[in-house]
Amino acid sequence: MSVETRHHTLDRGRSAPPDELRRRADWIRLKTVELIDQAGLGHYSSTFSCAEIFATLYYHALRLRPGEPEWPDRDRFLLGKGHVATGLWPVLADLGYFPEEWLGRFGKVGSPLNDHPNMRLAPGIDFSSGALGHNMSVATGIALAGRMSGHDYRTFVVTGDGELQEGQVWEAVMAASHYRLGNLVAIVDANGFSGAGPTSDAMNIEPLGERFSAFGWHVEEIDGHDVETLCATFDALPDPGSAKPVCVIARTRKGKGVAMMEQAPQAWHLGLLEPDQRDAVLLEIKGRL
Amino acid sequence: MSTPKMVDVFTDAEIDTALATNPAGYAIAAMADEDPRILTMSADLGATLADFREKYPDRYLEFGIAETNSISVAAGLATCGYVPYIYSMSPFGVLKCAEQLRTDVAYTHLPVRLVGRLTGLAMGYFGTSHHAVEDIAVARAITGMTVVTPADSGAVLSLMRSTRDVAGPVYLRIAEGAEPVYETPPDIEFGRWPHLRDGNDVTLIAHGLGTGLAVRAAARLESQGIEADVYDAAYLKPFDEEAIVESLTRTGRVLTVEDHSEVGGLGALVAEVSGRRKLGADLSRLALPDVDLEVGVPAELYEYYGLTADNVVRRTLALIDGD
Repeated sequence: MSVETRHHTLDRGRSAPPDELRRRADWIRLKTVELIDQAGLGHYSSTFSCAEIFATLYYHALRLRPGEPEWPDRDRFLLGKGHVATGLWPVLADLGYFPEEWLGRFGKVGSPLNDHPNMRLAPGIDFSSGALGHNMSVATGIALAGRMSGHDYRTFVVTGDGELQEGQVWEAVMAASHYRLGNLVAIVDANGFSGAGPTSDAMNIEPLGERFSAFGWHVEEIDGHDVETLCATFDALPDPGSAKPVCVIARTRKGKGVAMMEQAPQAWHLGLLEPDQRDAVLLEIKGRL
Repeated sequence: MSTPKMVDVFTDAEIDTALATNPAGYAIAAMADEDPRILTMSADLGATLADFREKYPDRYLEFGIAETNSISVAAGLATCGYVPYIYSMSPFGVLKCAEQLRTDVAYTHLPVRLVGRLTGLAMGYFGTSHHAVEDIAVARAITGMTVVTPADSGAVLSLMRSTRDVAGPVYLRIAEGAEPVYETPPDIEFGRWPHLRDGNDVTLIAHGLGTGLAVRAAARLESQGIEADVYDAAYLKPFDEEAIVESLTRTGRVLTVEDHSEVGGLGALVAEVSGRRKLGADLSRLALPDVDLEVGVPAELYEYYGLTADNVVRRTLALIDGD
């Protein structure tokens, strides 16, 4: 990518055929397997559940300028469930935020790229994460800043459904509707599992749609693996100047795209594929590319 | 003798009272005149900011009784060029939000300022839930956090100005009701301790409301022929290590005074420097003991725990006598 191209603005709603986005999501899964293999341990299944969300946001929906990561008018993206940043690094490298070679040092001492994202180290990260439950608040602050300073950027935050058990999330959800932040979009990667088991077995969080509605948010509930629906949802977002924050509840499958992980999503929340398993998984994903 | 009572520090009924009890509210209004990046945020402490709200209604944000959310929202605002000053009661602003301060504000190097009101035992008989006596230890342990403690009302504005352009987060620990130390707000250099009095017999180092006690004790000690070297430890992180080295080398003994736990406060800091720099000074510290604290109105509690000028004199004499 030339320097000139990198400084171009990637507009909202840019052309991305559904097949291309589907392939991009599988490419994210493929690169995730490779990166975790390199680091020695990682979060497979919860990254796979949001691969289509990453693909659609970064290759269709977000207004970005990769050559100018601090561009004030960029749409912001915050990864509340920071443990899936492994799936984000290949995307940011591909878009030109940093050299592809950086991926080769993923997880090593001195590397800007780790399991959770650090805004001080990696270009393209709008806020650090790792402690669950914080980024809905941070996103509220960024959206509020947009309002106060007259910018029309949107602030997107991806949360896990287990993350919604954190009380601070609901303090932020309350504040965002109080301040009428229609420029804030929360996407819940509702894969139904948290670290130790089914989310609502640990602590019931449903009905999510009704809960966000009761807090004054506009709610869309969709299939989080259907890229056409994801595109349509992001294309139809209310104007950033509108008065209701938007919650997209993306119903997803933990481990999506790898059969053995779909069948045992819990086992692959955190782990490392043995070499023969890894090769079989890579083959399975490559079969769709 | 009248019975000590609580002072209402929540209502700005009269401006003279408010200046004494709510210096942080008035200081920020003055700061905002000079710097358009400044916002104020409140977790249900809006009365403190009445003056600011009147002048700058668009730069005041209320977040209700939700301290953790307030800190993280401030972090988001700071990424967009604002400098938020969050007003909170210290037991909740620092202790409840230690992780938000560390992860969202300090590790991210963001210019968020936490103005902790009602620190130490200032909430007195409201109960131990309302005491903030571990806040300095917690705040100092966070990498990148600047920690400052104004000695009196005037020094609040001094320290706000002194820390205005700090790139990372700042915790201002406000001691409401501290006796006046400075005739006019002093200029305080970043990281340095104002030298309040010269003496060669003993060093007194104090912060917050302890500073006034040390100053008054030093005046009484002079009448007994003892010259105390007195410092206002306005910066607890970074702190003035060279002031400690210079003074302790000269006097050979030091008493620290503070309304904070003996664990991780000023006394611990001075002891660490004395040991690390091999100063060989005799150390004594006047701080709150590491036990379940009593509950009562502040004046009674200060008396109970010896946070009085008389006790500073007694402890200094004991230190000199080698007790």
